[in-house]
Amino acid sequence: MINANQKLNPKLFQKDVEQVPIRKGFGEGLLEAGEKNSDIVGLSADLTESTQMHLFRNKFPERFIEVGIAEQNMASVASGLSAMGKIPFMSSFAAFSPGRNWEQIRTTICYNNRTVVIVGSHAGFSDGADGGTHQALEDLALMRVLPRMTVISPCDAIEAKKATLASSELGGAVYIRLLREKTPVITTKDSPFKIGKAEIYYGEEKSKADVGIIATGSLVFQALKVAEALKKEKISAKVLNVATVKPLDVEALVSLAKTCGAIVTVEEHQIACGFGSAVSEVLAQNFPVPIEFIGVKNQFGQSGTPNELLEHYEIGEKHILSACKKVIGRKN
Amino acid sequence: MINNLTDEKIKFLEEKARDIRVSIIEMLVTAGSGHSAGPLGMADIFTALYFVVMRHDSKIPSWPGRDRLILSNGHIVPVLYATMAHAGFFPVKELLTLRKFGSRLQGHPHRDFFPMMETSSGPLGSGISQAVGMAIADRMDNGKSSSKFFYCITGDGELDEGQNWEAMMLAGKERLGNLVVIVDRNNIQIDGYTEDVMPLEPLAHKFESFGFHVEEIDGHNFEEIIESVGRAQAVFDGPSVIIARTIPGKGVSFMERDFKWHGNPPGTEIAGEPPKGDQERIALKELRSLGGQITGDHE
Repeated sequence: MINANQKLNPKLFQKDVEQVPIRKGFGEGLLEAGEKNSDIVGLSADLTESTQMHLFRNKFPERFIEVGIAEQNMASVASGLSAMGKIPFMSSFAAFSPGRNWEQIRTTICYNNRTVVIVGSHAGFSDGADGGTHQALEDLALMRVLPRMTVISPCDAIEAKKATLASSELGGAVYIRLLREKTPVITTKDSPFKIGKAEIYYGEEKSKADVGIIATGSLVFQALKVAEALKKEKISAKVLNVATVKPLDVEALVSLAKTCGAIVTVEEHQIACGFGSAVSEVLAQNFPVPIEFIGVKNQFGQSGTPNELLEHYEIGEKHILSACKKVIGRKN
Repeated sequence: MINNLTDEKIKFLEEKARDIRVSIIEMLVTAGSGHSAGPLGMADIFTALYFVVMRHDSKIPSWPGRDRLILSNGHIVPVLYATMAHAGFFPVKELLTLRKFGSRLQGHPHRDFFPMMETSSGPLGSGISQAVGMAIADRMDNGKSSSKFFYCITGDGELDEGQNWEAMMLAGKERLGNLVVIVDRNNIQIDGYTEDVMPLEPLAHKFESFGFHVEEIDGHNFEEIIESVGRAQAVFDGPSVIIARTIPGKGVSFMERDFKWHGNPPGTEIAGEPPKGDQERIALKELRSLGGQITGDHE
């Protein structure tokens, strides 16, 4: 059952659960952070409203820089602003930033040890109709490989707002992954959030279960639905929401592996070099157990609704459910 | 601040530039690798910047009021290291640790090791963007009355990178009067002469059309260097560029104007050049005599 300590949305499993785009939480969070700290500046590459940075721009036009469609320049300009004591947030679609400007992020932000928050919106299949060019399925890989980079993939708009506020105070380079379409509101303002901390959303912290589902991003919702469905089949599952993809909460991952003995990772991203890969790096070294990976299998996206695409690329509820059963079957 | 450029002062600068070039040759020979042509070609401009133009404090390198020098073409960093050492930022003898394990003086600039540099660099084309970001930040804090200047040094071949032009558009849009880009127009890059590899001309017109005030100078003439910076500083309502025509390998006759010396140190076997065992001796002799102008026992 839902972990009551997490104070999640009480209407989570109801048909009329509220749906809000994750990017909206970023827009509201940046506005609030900007009100608290006058060093915060915003940079946009011609996608100001799409990424919800317009809320900040409208309130603080003198702290907003429109760089035009130039993501490489945006990354290095942000680095320069940081060198002078600013806290820059730079936003675009994840397919273009960090898709287009990886080397500028590597050298001028990470290698230079600058404080810059890179916000990649419309990630995964959330920009469904636009087609494969716009569907970033590689951004977590690109960002998690960089030394000094913190990577956050919030599960809903409320968590995105908290992640934005926390990033504004963290220092160093941060990547925040956002989605375009509305997704269910999983958390409440009282749900705990801390960068680097993963939270058990389903099941109890210490109790044993048949399978542990480790999810990031909006698919945490599907993972929770699967845990609820498994319960009806007398299979117990725990769900760990990992908002911080880097650095991973090693303790929480190992504890889940120990109490469940079998793991399914869930992400809206390539399996190769992605979130599940990061989890398996930790578990292979600390507590190896069978793992099944839910994610995109070495393919590009295409046009469709997000739900059609989750189905087509086999990362929807029924695929998570069968992966759970499969991995339980692999236990010794 | 830039006036009273007496003959005596110019002589002082020429001698400083000579000492810096001698250090560059010694550093590269000791390192056994590195770039010769660019650092030698830019020695006069770096000398002018550190000994006349820029406000800095070698005893307090992080003084917030300092002008900023952003080195975009990181491969010419030996000239930055050598100039900073001769300007008193750190001991000249440390220059011989260039490119060695554990040295502060990494092969390409790395601020983790040497924080008194403004940026790390090496991958080309990112310097102007960073300088633009710094200049915008300073204007946000201090308005147009800011007295700081942001000097970005770029190579000419480096301008092949598209990011430069993105940055120039933004500099023009933001009318950054506190930004001065200095292009090392030495006409060479690794694969050959710039106009063969990827033509840049008409370079001045290109900068002008992006909203830059343009100065074109002889990058080995101290009066021209210093006066052009003065004129650039006087442009209040937009960025400036100084296209400095330099001779790659300047001061060492067998290296001058020859792209083969872009990425090689003295002591490299190259067809048509002096025997590799003699290159250091010839280079130092020419430099110490300022190309034969000074006679005597300077060796």
